Amino acid sequence: MAKLEERQALPEEDLRDFFREMLLIRRFEEKVEERFRAGELPGFLHVAIGQEAVAVGVCRALEERDVMASTHRAHGHTLARGTPPNALMAELYGKVEGCSRGYGGSMHLYDVERGNLGANAVVGGGLPGIVGAALAFKLRGEDRVALAFFGDGATNIGTFHESLNLAQLWGVPAVFVCEDNHWAESTPASQHLPIRDLEQRAVAYGMESTKVDGQDVEAVYGATAQALEHARSGRGPFFLLCETYRLVGHYVGDPQVYRPKDELARLRETEDPIDKLRERLGLSDEEVEEVDREVTGIVETSVEFAKNGTDPEPGDALKNVYA
Amino acid sequence: MPELSYREAVRDALATAMRRDDEVFVMGEDIAEMGGSMGVTQGMLDEFGPERVRNTPISEMALVGAGIGAAMQGMRPVVEVMYEDFLTLACEQIVNQAAKHRYMSGGQVKVPLTVRTQGGAGWSPGAQHAQQLEAWFVHVPGLKVVFASTPADVRGLLYTSIYDDNPVVFFEHRTLYGIKEEVPDELEPIELGKARVHREGEDVTVVATGRLVHEALRAAEEAEGEGVSVEVVDPRTLQPLDEETLVASVKKTNRCVVAHEAVTRMGFGAEVAAVLQHQAFDWLDAPIERVGARFTPLPFAPVMEEWVVPHAADVLEAIRRTVGRNGH
Ligand SMILES: Cc1ncc(C[n+]2csc(CCOP(=O)(O)OP(=O)(O)O)c2C)c(N)n1
Ligand SMILES: [Mg+2]
Repeated sequence: MAKLEERQALPEEDLRDFFREMLLIRRFEEKVEERFRAGELPGFLHVAIGQEAVAVGVCRALEERDVMASTHRAHGHTLARGTPPNALMAELYGKVEGCSRGYGGSMHLYDVERGNLGANAVVGGGLPGIVGAALAFKLRGEDRVALAFFGDGATNIGTFHESLNLAQLWGVPAVFVCEDNHWAESTPASQHLPIRDLEQRAVAYGMESTKVDGQDVEAVYGATAQALEHARSGRGPFFLLCETYRLVGHYVGDPQVYRPKDELARLRETEDPIDKLRERLGLSDEEVEEVDREVTGIVETSVEFAKNGTDPEPGDALKNVYA
Repeated sequence: MPELSYREAVRDALATAMRRDDEVFVMGEDIAEMGGSMGVTQGMLDEFGPERVRNTPISEMALVGAGIGAAMQGMRPVVEVMYEDFLTLACEQIVNQAAKHRYMSGGQVKVPLTVRTQGGAGWSPGAQHAQQLEAWFVHVPGLKVVFASTPADVRGLLYTSIYDDNPVVFFEHRTLYGIKEEVPDELEPIELGKARVHREGEDVTVVATGRLVHEALRAAEEAEGEGVSVEVVDPRTLQPLDEETLVASVKKTNRCVVAHEAVTRMGFGAEVAAVLQHQAFDWLDAPIERVGARFTPLPFAPVMEEWVVPHAADVLEAIRRTVGRNGH
C-alpha cells in the first residue's frame, strides 16, 4: 500500500462539475436502457449505473495527453473522457457520425483524438496495449501516462498478470484501475477469487497500489491524481483498486436470476454515488432539478442526433480493414 | 418423438452423459446459477451440484488446460467457452497441448476432452463476439471438429463427442438455439464423420454448415420454383470429413456450392472444394462456387453486418451461377 498524502479537498465548483458529469452519464445510460427496450438499439450493451464516480474521478484526473483503454462497460469512461454524447449515441445507433463511425458499437468505442484507445469486448484485452503505450512514452521520453480500466473478473485472466509483471519489470508509466464491483457477470467474487484483498495481486508483482472508495468521486479523483503522479515521475506503474457497485444487471436486459433480490434494493439505497455526492455538496432539490433538466436535455438531443444520423453504406464494411 | 429446441438438445446430451457417468462434468464461465450466457446449462446446477457444474473465473486458457489434464486422467470433461472468439485465448492449450499429447507420447495418452462453444453474426455485437473460427481448428491434426446445425444433430453429436477419446472442438451457432426438431425418444448417438443429406436433388449439391444449412434449405425451395433441383448436405463433422457422401452427391448432381458463415477466403469451403475437384473432377460441369462472409472483421452497424455475412439469397445466386454455366 502506498502512503497517500492527506488529500486536499477539491474546490466545490469542481465537485459540482463532477456531479453534473455523473448525472449526465446516469441519464445517458438510463436512456440507453430505454431505447434498447424499445428495440431501437442493436447489439450487446452493458451499462455502468452505480460506477459513475470511478469513470468521472479517474478521467478527470487524466491530462489531455494521457491515454486510456476501456472495457465492455465503456459508456461512462467514454463520456467522462470528453467524447460528446451525440457521437456516443450515434455510435450506439450504428451511424457514420458515431465515435467509431458505426464500425465499433457499444463494446468498441474509440476516440483516439481524446486519448481513448478503445473499449474492449474481450475481458483483459486492453491491458497489454496499455503497457506498450506506456513503454512508447518511456522510450520517447514523453511526459505521458497510459491507463487501463478493467473489472474484478479481469484479474483472473492471463493478460492481467502478464501485463502487471511486464509493466513493473520495465518500470513503465502505466496505471491499472480495477473497478471491483464484486461480480463478474453472474459470478460473485466468492466463486472467482480465492483472496479477498485484490491489492495482493499488485503486491505479487512488487507494484505500488492503493484502495479507494469508488462511490466517492472526490476520493477516486485524489487517488488517481496520486497514481498518475507516481507513474509520471518515473516511479513505475501503479495499481488503483476502486471498490464499487453495479446497481444494474450485467447487460441491458439481464434478469439477474443469480443475484439475491434484496441486494440490489439495499445497494441502491446506500451506495448510489450520485446521492452521496449530492449529500456531500448539500444540493437542494431545485439545484439538482436544474442540473437534471440540463443533462436530460443533452441526452434527448443525442437521441435525436443519432436517429437523424447517416447509415453507413453496406459496402463501407470493406473499408478500414487495412491501413 | 419429442420435439426439442437446439438449446434443450445440447442440455439433454450433457445431462444424459452426466447421469450415466460420474466421469463427465461441465465447467465454464457463468454456467451455474445463470445457466450459461445462452441458457444451455439452465437447471443443471440443481440436478448435479456445483462440483460437476463448475462456475469458473474468466480464465479460458486455464479452464481448457484443466479440462485437458482431467481428461488425461480418464475423466470426460466438457468445457464451455462462452464465445468462440474467446477460443483464441485458449488456443495454446487446444492447439499445442490437447491436439498433440497423444502423438508426442507415442500413443501413451488420450485426451477425451470436449470444448463446446458458440458464435455467429446476425445480432450486431461487433467484431469480437460473432466470428466463425472453425477453419482454424480443422487445420490442426489431432483435433476433431463438429459443427451441428439442428437439435437432433447437436444432441447425438455432442453425446458422441463426449465419449470420443480425442479432443473435440464443438461449435454451436447462436442463432440456432431456438429452432426445434423432432428427436428420438432415447438419445441416439450420431457417429462422427458422417454427413447428413437434408434434401435430395438432381442438379446442384449445396454443402453447408451451421446457420447456412438453413439458408441453403430456403434457397433450395426457391430454386425448386425455378426448376432447379438442389441437394443439401451438411457434413456436421468437419474433421474427420465424410468425403464419401460429399463426392457421391456431386457425382450425381455434377455441380456444387459450398456455403458457410465464416469468411470465404481460406475457409473450410476451400478444403471441400479441393477434395471435390480432385475426387470428382470428371463429373463436374461447372466450377465449384463458394458462399461465405466477405473478407472483413464483423462491423457493428446492422446494415454493414447484414451485407458482410451470407444469407439464403447469396446461396441462391451461387446456385444460379453453377447451373447458368450449362445453359439453364
Ligand atoms: C476473455 C473473455 N471471456 C469472457 C467474456 C464474457 N464476459 C464479458 S464481461 C464478463 C464479466 C467481466 O467481469 P469484470 O471484469 O468484473 O467486469 P464487469 O462486467 O463487472 O464490469 C464476462 C465473463 C469476455 N468478454 N471475454
Ligand atoms: Mg466485475
